[in-house]
Amino acid sequence: MSKLRYALFTGCTAKQSTPEQYMSTMAVAKKLGIELVELVEASCCGASHLQDYDEFLSLVLNARNIAYAEKHGLTMVTICNTCQLNISMTKHKLDKDPELKAKVNEKLAEVGLEYKGTSQIIHFLYAIIDDIGLDKIREMVVRPLSQFNIAPFYGCHNIRPSELQNETHKTAESPYNPTSLDDLIIACGGESVDYEEKNKCCGFHVELQAPKTAAVLTGNAIAGAMDNNADMMVTPCPLCHLKLDTQAEHAGEAIGRELDMPVLHMQQMVGLALGCDPKELGLEHHVVDVNFV
Amino acid sequence: MSDKIETKKVKFKVFRFNADTDYLPKYEDYEMEVTSEEVMLDILNRIKFNHDGSFSYRRSCRHGICGACAMKVNGRSTLACKERMFDLIDLFGDELTIEPLSIKRAVKDLVIDKKDFWDKHNAVNPYVVADIDEEPESENIVSPEEAEQLLDADYCIQCGACHYACPVIEINEEFFGPAAFAAAYRFSADVRDSDDERLKTVNEMGQGVWDCVKCFECAEACPKDVNPIEKITKLHQMAFKEGIAENNVAVRHAVGFEKSMAKRGVLDEGGLVLYSEGLGIVKHIPVALKMFRKGKIPLPWNIPTSENMDEIQKLMKSSSTVKF
Repeated sequence: MSKLRYALFTGCTAKQSTPEQYMSTMAVAKKLGIELVELVEASCCGASHLQDYDEFLSLVLNARNIAYAEKHGLTMVTICNTCQLNISMTKHKLDKDPELKAKVNEKLAEVGLEYKGTSQIIHFLYAIIDDIGLDKIREMVVRPLSQFNIAPFYGCHNIRPSELQNETHKTAESPYNPTSLDDLIIACGGESVDYEEKNKCCGFHVELQAPKTAAVLTGNAIAGAMDNNADMMVTPCPLCHLKLDTQAEHAGEAIGRELDMPVLHMQQMVGLALGCDPKELGLEHHVVDVNFV
Repeated sequence: MSDKIETKKVKFKVFRFNADTDYLPKYEDYEMEVTSEEVMLDILNRIKFNHDGSFSYRRSCRHGICGACAMKVNGRSTLACKERMFDLIDLFGDELTIEPLSIKRAVKDLVIDKKDFWDKHNAVNPYVVADIDEEPESENIVSPEEAEQLLDADYCIQCGACHYACPVIEINEEFFGPAAFAAAYRFSADVRDSDDERLKTVNEMGQGVWDCVKCFECAEACPKDVNPIEKITKLHQMAFKEGIAENNVAVRHAVGFEKSMAKRGVLDEGGLVLYSEGLGIVKHIPVALKMFRKGKIPLPWNIPTSENMDEIQKLMKSSSTVKF
């Protein structure tokens, strides 16, 4: 098999509030023999908020982001659910509406770029499952996480809207009964925890304007994992991670309960199982201590 | 031609509760052979007709237009008359839990009190507001293009599937919810409508669109593909276009993305929070300190900037369609 190469869209948090997510992505890619070409020219995806303000502008900027992946002739890998949503939504809209695509390309031409629609957009979680395969991961595990109950937290923007999401990867996923992250946990040797909140919202997007809603949703999610004997949670989304890790204390106050739950990025879990050095995975950047490593 | 109908065995756990007599609900178990021809409503009918006549649920048209039989199977909102049993078995396996749309609103078994749904629906003036000429000389014609602007929002059957799938409804009692927003969009996007109040009502913090968590549960739940979150996004955009977006934390949070991206391409996370919150930033200091200690907040000179910034800035100037 030739070496897997992707264009990496890091998103904004990987370079600021979740540096551990960038570190662990790089460490896992190295272990898996994946080459990541970082899209250093890319802008923010708009995080679904710019879209509320100026939808056309967000389409132009995301088309520009994709155009850079196309220039490399590579599939774009995202490492944030919300980046995945906004960029794949842009692709979806432009690919099905030639008129809109032409309008966007008129703008991109001003800076010598073109959106063609030739690059796929896939979240790293599904890239691992589709292109590496769970069997291969299972073979490569050197430090099985067999003593851990691990609660998957899928994050809305990787599983909904399901029609869009299922265009981006081969692994069919239902938002009501998602299995990809459970399967990855099992491949890493862990026990996957079933709980009601695993496919629910963390509240991140209303953190500023509706702090109570945001805190209760986060609290419910952590409490659900705790009540089902999870030792840790794992998520493919850095925004969910920010809520579950940095806001756990607020969330506990909101639901009237002490919450204590280490939360790993999907890449950190895979990295641990594949034998990466914990230092490479940035575990010391968590607010809730990862105390079992 | 042999017409052999396939069957599968399913264990049903059925929610039972009578608000007049019961303190707590219970779940009744039934094991049944289900055929490939049946929909969920057939199973509800079989339970009622063959096992327990006291089992209660709403049903009427049985072809997906009245919205009465909305309920939940394994936590997923659906219309009982539209949901094929074999699809449910494919998705969830052979153990299915049948519940009302909202357990805390249960009156009798699957029948719920939908008062909050209707109150919120009514709050958005769900009708065309227009001064009409009572003796018009000609027809009031809406062109096909203008009708398309409704984006099928008029397909809503008020079943409540999205409303009770929305996580905010359970936390924030004021929040209008996706169905009311879809209705608000349906009438505000109507070229005949001249209501000034509706858009303002749905833009108020707490009850309005700014409290939507963007989880897309409503889009998944809707049995008529109304896609309420798409309408919520449209309502946000209309608020800016109509110039009624207020200068509050939620609005600044949306606008702040543009400001930040114009400067760095990528988002300056701390800068966005500061721009959105203003003085309100002080309440974030305790968490910010914890994050800073863990290396989660870069110092100002370490905040990244996209390469080829000139392109981004040029595009932001030429492609911007909204001002705030």
